[in-house]
Amino acid sequence: MLSRPALRAIANTTFVTACGVATVLALTALGFILYSLFKQGFGGLDLNIFTKDTPAPGSVGGLRNAIEGSLMMCAMAMAMAVGVGILAGTWLAEYGGAHPYGHVIRFLNDVLLAAPSILVGLFVYELVVRPLHGFSGFAGAVALALLAVPVVTRTTEDILRLQPDALREAGAALGTPRWTTIKEIIWRGAGGGLLTGGLLAFARISGETAPLLFTALSNQFQNLDLTKPMASLPAVIFQYALSAYDDWRRLAWAGALLIALTVLTINILGRVVAARGNHRP
Amino acid sequence: MTRPASKGAWFDPIFEGLCFGAATLLLVALAGVVVSLTIGGWPALSHFGLSFFTSTTWNPVTEVYGAAGPIVGTLVTSALALLIALPVALGVSIFLVEFCPKQLSRPIAVAVELLAGIPSIVYGMWGLFVLAPFFAEHIQLPLMMNAPAGSIWETLFYGVPNGANIFTASLILAIMILPYMAAVFRELFLTVPPQVRESAYGIGCTPLEVITSVVLPYVRGGAIGVVMLGLGRALGETMAVTFIIGNAHGLPKSLFDSGSTLASTIANEFTEATGEMHTAALTALGLVLFVITFGVLAIARLLLLRQRYD
Repeated sequence: MLSRPALRAIANTTFVTACGVATVLALTALGFILYSLFKQGFGGLDLNIFTKDTPAPGSVGGLRNAIEGSLMMCAMAMAMAVGVGILAGTWLAEYGGAHPYGHVIRFLNDVLLAAPSILVGLFVYELVVRPLHGFSGFAGAVALALLAVPVVTRTTEDILRLQPDALREAGAALGTPRWTTIKEIIWRGAGGGLLTGGLLAFARISGETAPLLFTALSNQFQNLDLTKPMASLPAVIFQYALSAYDDWRRLAWAGALLIALTVLTINILGRVVAARGNHRP
Repeated sequence: MTRPASKGAWFDPIFEGLCFGAATLLLVALAGVVVSLTIGGWPALSHFGLSFFTSTTWNPVTEVYGAAGPIVGTLVTSALALLIALPVALGVSIFLVEFCPKQLSRPIAVAVELLAGIPSIVYGMWGLFVLAPFFAEHIQLPLMMNAPAGSIWETLFYGVPNGANIFTASLILAIMILPYMAAVFRELFLTVPPQVRESAYGIGCTPLEVITSVVLPYVRGGAIGVVMLGLGRALGETMAVTFIIGNAHGLPKSLFDSGSTLASTIANEFTEATGEMHTAALTALGLVLFVITFGVLAIARLLLLRQRYD
């Protein structure tokens, strides 16, 4: 029979080992995913990806139209989302955050932040696609914007709350109108954090597939007209990965690698910006 | 003597109005989602009534739609995913906060957080091309072959051995929500004041006892919130699941049977819907998904809110 201290030591060692094993297991699984992504996708990454449009099966092609479509829709979505998100976050932090209505908005924003993106796609389908009688790049951008707004709102509120009240009081003491104080002092002081919020939102939407399927649809050809169906990297990857053609699957892997690298880069950039903002005097 | 109004003061109420409008837009967006899903799905809900939720028939040809298959598929895959991911995520976060050497803990935590941001379509592709074939050949087939005839295992392991089934879908979901949950758990554990932890060590507790009797109780509400958030993610996840669940309507008959979830059915069929009723039925699936996830997320937020603004 083991003594009580011995049992405790054994239980503890088992627990510590289990935690370590869990970490190794998780990192291995995730590392393995990245490894296969690089292995399968790297061979497909060549100049054609950026200069040729999506091909018919069996012919040489690239992902130019999909990359352009993704960039256009994401840029437009960010233009819409940054304005709304920063203003909404400012309202929560500077004006109405303590009111009951502020709590409701904050709660709804948190729900939107985690809501299934496919539902946003369905909503935009009913809101934009159906009334305008057709899939369009514009509808895709609206769907992405709806996904980006909660991220920007949340980070804006969090970062503005970190600004010391002394700044606000200093502005008020000079007789500065409140909005000038916010614009010239609070926003400027929080600049790095706001940029991080934007970058995180951009990273979030650049890989989104589900909301684009029934808003922007996809397009086999190059199209820069936002009123027509538009290709996007995630939608093309989805279509090609499920196809039976080897060269289409190769393109899908290359596209997936491209998206993963983009998202990782933006996220790292966001961290660097945030870290630099924190060290400022 | 009157004080001259400062320059630009006239814009103050307008600016506040703009900010207020932007905040209200969030409310409008969420309300819009509910209203549009309800209106869009109403024809199917009123036509099929309660049988929409209980029937397992999903047939676009005869225009009969019942959502029981996708609803059960969604609940089963999410629950399984949570069951797999939760212990591992807890293990990872506890290891990072308590046991890991400081020099290693920071890089691993950053890596885990970065992995949480990888788009789900990447996980889905990996599931389809790497996990499914491996699983079918090395796990599913041997298990099926060696299951004793007539036992529960034979029923449980029955299925087409192509690796696209309920279990692999749950596994992919688990891998997907794992980094997210681990990252939030870690942040939660870091909120435990060092004094509390140190005093527990001071009276001679082992690390295991510190975790179970001090750290976990301290963050209990928040921890349940994190679990709910992970569940919310799993419930609504579309792309990763669509690739690998096999997309069969009807109730899954075993662990290795192909099935469908609410989100995967919508993603697969929406653009190719055959008629008004098909579209309406798919939108109604969206409404069901919304109600389920909204409930889960609401609980999560209420639990986490207490942690955040205390």
